Amino acid sequence: MDSLIPLFIIIPLGIAFLIPLTWRLIPGICRFLPSTGMLALVVIAFFLLFYVGEGVVTYKVGGWEPMDNIPIGIHLVADGLSMMMLIIVNIIGMMAGLFSIPYINKYTGENYYYSLFSLMVAGMNGVVMTGDLFNLFVFLEVSVIASYALVAFGTSKYELEASFKYQVLGGIASLFILFSLAMTYWYTGTLNIADVAQVIRSGSEGSTALFIQLFMVAGFGLKAAMIPFHAWLPDAHSSAPSPISAMLSGVLIKAIGVYAILRLFFTMFNITIEISYVITTIGVLSMVVGVLLAIGQWDMKRLLAYHSISQMGYVMTAAGIAMIIIAKGGETRVAALALAGGLFHMFNHAAFKSLLFLNAGAVEYSTGTRNLKELGGMADLMPITSITSMGASMSISGIPPFNGFFSKLIIIIAAVQGRFYLIALLAVIVSIITLASFMKVQRYVFLDKTRTQKLEDAREVPFLMCLPMIIMAILCLAMSLMLIPGIRDTFLLNAVNTLLSVIS
Amino acid sequence: MITYLLCFILFLVGLYGVLTRKNLIKIIIGLSVMEYSLYLFLTLIGYIEGGAAPIIDPSKPASLVVDPLPQAFVLTAIVIGLATTALLLAIAIRLYKKYKTFDIDKINTLKG
Repeated sequence: MDSLIPLFIIIPLGIAFLIPLTWRLIPGICRFLPSTGMLALVVIAFFLLFYVGEGVVTYKVGGWEPMDNIPIGIHLVADGLSMMMLIIVNIIGMMAGLFSIPYINKYTGENYYYSLFSLMVAGMNGVVMTGDLFNLFVFLEVSVIASYALVAFGTSKYELEASFKYQVLGGIASLFILFSLAMTYWYTGTLNIADVAQVIRSGSEGSTALFIQLFMVAGFGLKAAMIPFHAWLPDAHSSAPSPISAMLSGVLIKAIGVYAILRLFFTMFNITIEISYVITTIGVLSMVVGVLLAIGQWDMKRLLAYHSISQMGYVMTAAGIAMIIIAKGGETRVAALALAGGLFHMFNHAAFKSLLFLNAGAVEYSTGTRNLKELGGMADLMPITSITSMGASMSISGIPPFNGFFSKLIIIIAAVQGRFYLIALLAVIVSIITLASFMKVQRYVFLDKTRTQKLEDAREVPFLMCLPMIIMAILCLAMSLMLIPGIRDTFLLNAVNTLLSVIS
Repeated sequence: MITYLLCFILFLVGLYGVLTRKNLIKIIIGLSVMEYSLYLFLTLIGYIEGGAAPIIDPSKPASLVVDPLPQAFVLTAIVIGLATTALLLAIAIRLYKKYKTFDIDKINTLKG
């Protein structure tokens, strides 16, 4: 069964190199290859999720068995959390891949687009699965280098500028991460995550571990665009082609930013009160400042990009609350609740934010603009885009019965139960401002009756662009079902227990 | 110890360059300086005073050898660094064609 695990890297990587080779012969099939491959991966991921259950399945690359209990070689790990992340990454990847087929037609060099797209997914799958720190760095670089190129794909001056900014800040982040990994190797003499955890937990000295953790927060925080490190995100995410924006905002900042922070901090280090406060502070700051910056934007995709910062702030805040409770030795039940809320919000955010970016892409595809002031009255002309976007907007602003409501509710309940009343209040206020900001989007783009003359000949987008949007809108509703007991255990609680099992 | 400190100073010099220079090419050079300081640091981690190259010869008794793992990392990191630098330079050239300048103060269409 563990032989299925490397497929998550082999299939997208294979597709990435197959497409440039066979493009001239069968371009029609090549266009569908990335989404087909990811569909297969989603099926495998669901299968493995049910198979591993609460356990862990490890695949040893190259078949190197541990010698004297010292792991050599690279391990790929499948557990509840990594399988959930893989399902999310590959579902969003599949939808963005389908959406790209009509959307990317106007660009030259389509084959390179699909190739880079698959490469990015391969890198993200690798980051999620790997059990080795240096391997994590390599896969992280694979996915970000592909994303640098994809942001610049349009090669207009905006895209090039955004890509350059993204690359410089991303480069600094990568070097911080590499430095922290070098320090980890120096301190522990190993790079296998489970092995590092053993060494760090048995050691008594804490200051070196704290130093490593601070560099990791800076590095992965830059990748996740948490607030003091957010400068590149609005430019990069709004300049990229829309399916790529959906991938960047929907899964890339999670897989290589927040997921990496959660995974490394919960499984590798002793959770200390200092680092918990750092994480909570940047989480709350991102949550509040992100939404305040978002509300003044008139560029649709830029507004969505700032909301990504704010929503990821929710996830980080929830994780921070859980860490503070654990560090203080409080009730594990509340910590688990906060963590469940955070992870649930992370999965939900992938669904609704990708959908919103696809909507923005559809509007831009039909009208040629994404400036809110130039748009208006699109609801009659583009009914499917309008309805799906309404669903996603309600989901992100936390209106029942959409999934965003439940995850925010869990986070707020956990904050109240852990006696973080200020954080709970801020979370509610931010949610209200988010609602206001999305009412602005809905009004100016879709519901407003005044429509300028040049918008009259806008038409609904082709079927292949509508289909992903409809599926994602259904997903926004269906993910609420993850709270039903029974379904909850498989999908959510296994992931939470993966993180908490090491601590208790 | 002093070599580690020098490494860290080199890292900070690179970071200073990235943060203060206004020229695209100089920013890329700053990033490269940061990268090289890290390669140096990684190699130093595995280094042992008087250690031999890590080639195990069964006919000879085991001698003091340096740690080969960081050297493997450095090789991988250099390849990754090459890809990053090449892409950065490619984008910088395209930017120069659009704006006719390398000055980042004049390349500022994206704001807010």
